[in-house]
Amino acid sequence: MDPECSQLLPALCAVLADPRQPMADDTCLEKLLDWFKTITEAGSSLLLLQENPCLVELLCHVLKPQDLSSRVLSFSLRLTGVFAAQEDCFQYLQQGELLPRLFGEAGPLGGAAWTAPTVRSGWIQGLRSLAQHPSALHFLADCGAVDTIFSLQGDSSLFVASAAGQLLVHILSLSMRGLAEGPPGLQADDWPPCAQKIVGHIEESLRSTATPQITQALNVLTTTFSHCHDPWTQVLWVRLHPLVAALLEKDPVPAAHSLVDLLLSVARSPGLSSSSCGLWETLAQTVSHLSPTQAGLLALGILKLQDCPQALRAQAFAVLLQPLACVLKATAQGPGPSGLLDSTAADSVTADMLPPSKAACVGLLCRTLAHLELLLPLPQRPCPWPQVPLLGAAVTLLQLCGGSGSPASDAGRQLCALLLGCVRVQRAALDFLGTLSQETGPPELVTQVFAVLLEYLRSPDSSPTVLKKAFQATFRWLLSSPRTPGCSDLDSDAVLFLRELLPVLQKRLCSPCWEVRDSSLEFLTQMTRRWGGQAGFRHALLASEVPRLTEQLLRDPESYVRASAVTAMGQLSSQGLCVPSAGPEHPGGQQKSLLGELLHILSADSEGFPRRAVMQVFTQWLRDSHADVVGDTEQFVAGVLQVAGQDLDWEVRAQGLELALVFLEQTLGLSRSHCPYAVTPPVAAPAGPLTQALQSLCRVRLFEFAFRALFDCDRPVAQKSCDLLLLLRAKTASSSSLQEPRSSPDVASVEAALQRWRAGDQAQPLGDLEPEVVLAVLRSMDLEGLRGALAESSDHVEKSPQSLLQDMLATVGIRGENEADCY
Amino acid sequence: MELYCLSGHPTLPCNVLKFKSTTIMLDCGLDMTSTLNFLPLPLVQSPRLSNLPGWSLKDGSAFLDKELKECSGHVFVDSVPEFCLPETELIDLSTVDVILISNYHCMMALPYITEHTGFTGTVYATEPTVQIGRLLMEELVNFIERVPKAQSASLWKNKDIQRLLPSPLKDAVEVSTWRRCYTMQEVNSALSKIQLVGYSQKIELFGAVQVTPLSSGYALGSSNWIIQSHYEKVSYVSGSSLLTTHPQPMDQASLKNSDVLILTGLTQIPTANPDGMVGEFCSNLALTVRNGGNVLVPCYPSGVIYDLLECLYQYIDSAGLSNIPFYFISPVANSSLEFSQIFAEWLCHNKQTKVYLPEPPFPHAELIQTNKLKHYPSLHGDFSSDFRQPCVVFTGHPSLRFGDVVHFMELWGKSSLNTVIFTEPDFSYLEALAPYQPLAMKCIYCPIDTRLNFIQVSKLLKEVQPLHVVCPEQYTQPPPAQSHRMDLMIDCQPPAMSYRRAEVLALPFKRRYEKIEIMPELADALVPMEIKPGISLATVSAVLHTKDNKHVLQPPPRPAQPSGGKKRKRASEDIPDCKVLKPLLSGSIPVEQFVQTLEKHGFSDIKVEDTAKGHIVLLQEAETLIQIEEDSTHIICDNDEMLRVRLRDLVLKFLQKF
Repeated sequence: MDPECSQLLPALCAVLADPRQPMADDTCLEKLLDWFKTITEAGSSLLLLQENPCLVELLCHVLKPQDLSSRVLSFSLRLTGVFAAQEDCFQYLQQGELLPRLFGEAGPLGGAAWTAPTVRSGWIQGLRSLAQHPSALHFLADCGAVDTIFSLQGDSSLFVASAAGQLLVHILSLSMRGLAEGPPGLQADDWPPCAQKIVGHIEESLRSTATPQITQALNVLTTTFSHCHDPWTQVLWVRLHPLVAALLEKDPVPAAHSLVDLLLSVARSPGLSSSSCGLWETLAQTVSHLSPTQAGLLALGILKLQDCPQALRAQAFAVLLQPLACVLKATAQGPGPSGLLDSTAADSVTADMLPPSKAACVGLLCRTLAHLELLLPLPQRPCPWPQVPLLGAAVTLLQLCGGSGSPASDAGRQLCALLLGCVRVQRAALDFLGTLSQETGPPELVTQVFAVLLEYLRSPDSSPTVLKKAFQATFRWLLSSPRTPGCSDLDSDAVLFLRELLPVLQKRLCSPCWEVRDSSLEFLTQMTRRWGGQAGFRHALLASEVPRLTEQLLRDPESYVRASAVTAMGQLSSQGLCVPSAGPEHPGGQQKSLLGELLHILSADSEGFPRRAVMQVFTQWLRDSHADVVGDTEQFVAGVLQVAGQDLDWEVRAQGLELALVFLEQTLGLSRSHCPYAVTPPVAAPAGPLTQALQSLCRVRLFEFAFRALFDCDRPVAQKSCDLLLLLRAKTASSSSLQEPRSSPDVASVEAALQRWRAGDQAQPLGDLEPEVVLAVLRSMDLEGLRGALAESSDHVEKSPQSLLQDMLATVGIRGENEADCY
Repeated sequence: MELYCLSGHPTLPCNVLKFKSTTIMLDCGLDMTSTLNFLPLPLVQSPRLSNLPGWSLKDGSAFLDKELKECSGHVFVDSVPEFCLPETELIDLSTVDVILISNYHCMMALPYITEHTGFTGTVYATEPTVQIGRLLMEELVNFIERVPKAQSASLWKNKDIQRLLPSPLKDAVEVSTWRRCYTMQEVNSALSKIQLVGYSQKIELFGAVQVTPLSSGYALGSSNWIIQSHYEKVSYVSGSSLLTTHPQPMDQASLKNSDVLILTGLTQIPTANPDGMVGEFCSNLALTVRNGGNVLVPCYPSGVIYDLLECLYQYIDSAGLSNIPFYFISPVANSSLEFSQIFAEWLCHNKQTKVYLPEPPFPHAELIQTNKLKHYPSLHGDFSSDFRQPCVVFTGHPSLRFGDVVHFMELWGKSSLNTVIFTEPDFSYLEALAPYQPLAMKCIYCPIDTRLNFIQVSKLLKEVQPLHVVCPEQYTQPPPAQSHRMDLMIDCQPPAMSYRRAEVLALPFKRRYEKIEIMPELADALVPMEIKPGISLATVSAVLHTKDNKHVLQPPPRPAQPSGGKKRKRASEDIPDCKVLKPLLSGSIPVEQFVQTLEKHGFSDIKVEDTAKGHIVLLQEAETLIQIEEDSTHIICDNDEMLRVRLRDLVLKFLQKF
């Protein structure tokens, strides 16, 4: 510990021990504890206590009957635990009888302070830190702490209850670690007393008829099997397995959720060989015993397991599919299997297996869809994957929710009434449908998919979120629609669909709901990015009003919409899909170029999002050598940098640096490839001589922009600028033609100006710079140092322990003064 | 209690309720869908319409070609449009005591009833209902009268001829009773019979029943009615809405504990959600206008138009439509816009509070001030000079058969840039468009009907729990086009009773009690006797006095006074004789004890038989039967009066007298 901290510590301990000076902010106690943890991890706790007797005094002091705050008491318990984690320090504290007085019956345990959850939590965490060595186990046994922990499992505070469970697992694992000769036998006598006590308690709880007790036992076991993978866990499972299996015989199965967690954690545990201890049988039994609402999660867990028997996987998959099979059954036009389940299972499925209440039914269907969605991308997903019936189920569900389904049976009609207009199921089904696009389906079914998607996109009742998901799913299905692999063009059916889709998109772009306009624009951008070069798409898009409506949305009152319109227009323009605007707003008026319009948004829009979007579009245009930019790139870059440099939004300024970087690379002839394996052309694009390049950079005032950004009050901007200048310096270092003596008067004046900028006075411009001067300034600057300083987190100065101690003392001091004033 | 159903239209009801001694007409809706069979009335001569070919029968006979014209495969009557009236033959309408109006759409047949049936009663309605109803009638009369048509076709109505006509003319009901529109004079006369009422006001009808209007949340001044006596309550729910639009919210609580709830006027488009439709309306409007096209909105001059204008008020700036003019053309446009602003007490809470700011409750005032919304009585005059395109025009009539809308349909129908957006749900838009075919302009159907849907009805019924529900037959099964939608019908227990046009329904409950008041002095004189714990009885001798359906028990007149001979004589004439009454008996006869008593008194050979209702005591020797039942005892003996009296006295011993 620093001598400075050592000096401050006694005062701080005195403050903590003084009930008249309560700590207002307990985060500093947490920080203090963290600090002590780092110290004890690095060195001897015993030494620390001996060198700073005030600490022990503090611990002794909290034991005195007084009105000490529960926070300080809790802190002291946890601190003691941190110290006692080292065995020699533990002994030292034991000698002073401090530990039994803090953690035993005589301590806060029986007192009034115990009613505060934070004290109970501190007690548990103290013991958790302390229990690291055999002496601690003896101590726990002697002071009867384990029984207290048992009772704390049912604590009214969830945090305390959960910590108690975890502590039990920790103690169990610690006591089992002490066994020298391999895992114990099944006999109770073979187990260490402490472990025996805990396991006995678990067994007793599992036999109990009270669900909370069973839940506690199951939770402890779940934690055990997920954290400990030593051989003894297998013995533990063999020992407890019959009790767990016995739970399944009860009706209803108690604590089903915790039981599922336990079984899955056992199945996932590498310490257990699943086949030998009847796990698969238990899992199979559980899947068949639990209700469909409870079994879904277990079924998903089983299907995610790597080495599970095929029969069990089939059973789990059937359980997972059952709700959808019910839906298909209820809406089937005629008899016959839906193909989702095999024939025997399908026969037993009836539509009334779905819960009759709307909330339960909707919940079950949403969970089922979410589970299947998770399963689809996994390598171990069931094979064969029932793509066709699943597609059918997703389409049917969407039709039922949208009111376009026409079920023939009574069960189907009831289901229809239940699901009609249900946004939750709509969202889940659309997500699922989108995921299913990874595989394809028979053409007639794909036609149905597009039909139902179109229905949702058209329906005036689709909520904005549903609509967004419908757009996403549509995009994914369009992506997957090409029949010829490797060909990215839309096939003819997709183009036909597009003709129907565009009028819908047109209408949605005029929606009074901004979320709808926004997601329509995003969808348009995605489509254009993907198929903007394709003739079918171009033709359909240009024949519609979409480009013109998009252009009008640049003036939307909602900033998010403007931002999306900017991105969409940038994309349309890149693909040559913009049409000259002559809308009713300015009929016959002067047609404004898109570049001008975007520059206007960049300089005049009151919101950040559209301006950021403009900067992104500009950067992309520069990268792609967009026609509007190529004409006079320097003027374009100079104009954009000038506006962006004055922007109040740091993201705009940062994006300005991105644009500057692209320009710099193009000018210097650097090819930047994001992918390290990308094939780079053997010869970089011929760049003009370096001087010319630098002159070009000077003309667009890139350096002024970058230097200003270097001293930006927003760190990401400064970092980005620093990287840019470092890159430039590295690229120019090799060039000898520009080596100039450092001490020209120009250089000195620029450096002086930069000094002023650094100090915060950025009023004075740098004026026209010569490349030589810039390079000289660059060389003289400590850019590496600056980068290092910027990489430090902003509170690195304030984070030192000394400052923490000072802060804590200062707050108390101020409080004291205030009190005096009041007095 | 009976319900006479005079209209088959579920949202334009006309029913007559006979309740106690009153005859109450509930609403007076006019079914205007009949006008769809007629050719539109153009404001200016339309060459297209006047050159339509006449229709001839299959056999080539063309005697109807003057009356019937054909347009794109549909046949229309070329005559002044006519309306289908409520049944007038089912019940003598001159016996109707009062007419209760629930909203301004449901009073359009009023002049036919009040002016032509001998009706002498009173009509009750709220003030906004009357004022806006007047506007609707005025507009209707104006639309039809300003384009007089010489021809009045009647040949086609002949039953033998009608059979030969194509659908839908062939299937039109009761064409012989269809009538031309009323005159303004009849309207004024009908409206003069209306008495204004306020929400929750209790109106006594002849002392027999009390009627009370309640807010129904559907339109300005729209009401549901409660019709109740002391022991019976009938609720009449017609055109109600639970959505937050401009009117005062619906009063549901007062509908609780009804014996019968008559449910009419639910949404006509149960599958269309009004919010979605308003969004659809705005999107399509903006899309058309941005493409340089015009938008035509056929509408009524009041109602949903206020909400649409309010939505547009919020939307036009955001959609960049600030420069697009909105025109509202109706002979009553000005009055409608102004009236809406003055009925503050009938508005929803939000709008009411605005009045205190003070601000106009509806934002259309601002639209008018800023010249974004302009209103004109007709196309002629100022409008033609102000008219600028592209624009949005709101005008009537939604049937597209008369009014300025006819002109705009002819004007704009040829261009696919323009759009007609239907928002009123009363007419099938395809039928409305039929005489304008072929049509290039786009047609969008966004019916906005804020009335209750079936989900809301089912919640409402659970909430108010009426004993019986009565509704039009259309509500008891899913719509024919969506037979699987079990959710689109009324689902309640016991199942709702349904009615159809020209049906008389006996309402399923009997009146069991009548309230009678007792005068204090008479009550003072009573001496109750407790016959069971908690139940006391007293005999009353009084005169039942009934006046204005109120019943009062008054003390009987004093016995004849010796003095004042003349007066006495007169009094004795007026008052019925009061005989000295025998005491009343109560109690029950315990059979076993009775038999013992009989034995004590020397009767032997007694047999007791149990019967379904009690016992028979058989005195075999005396050939006598004593039949003891819960509420009667008979002694049947063969002409032995002495024996009967003896036995009677024995029976009486077991009973209490008072």
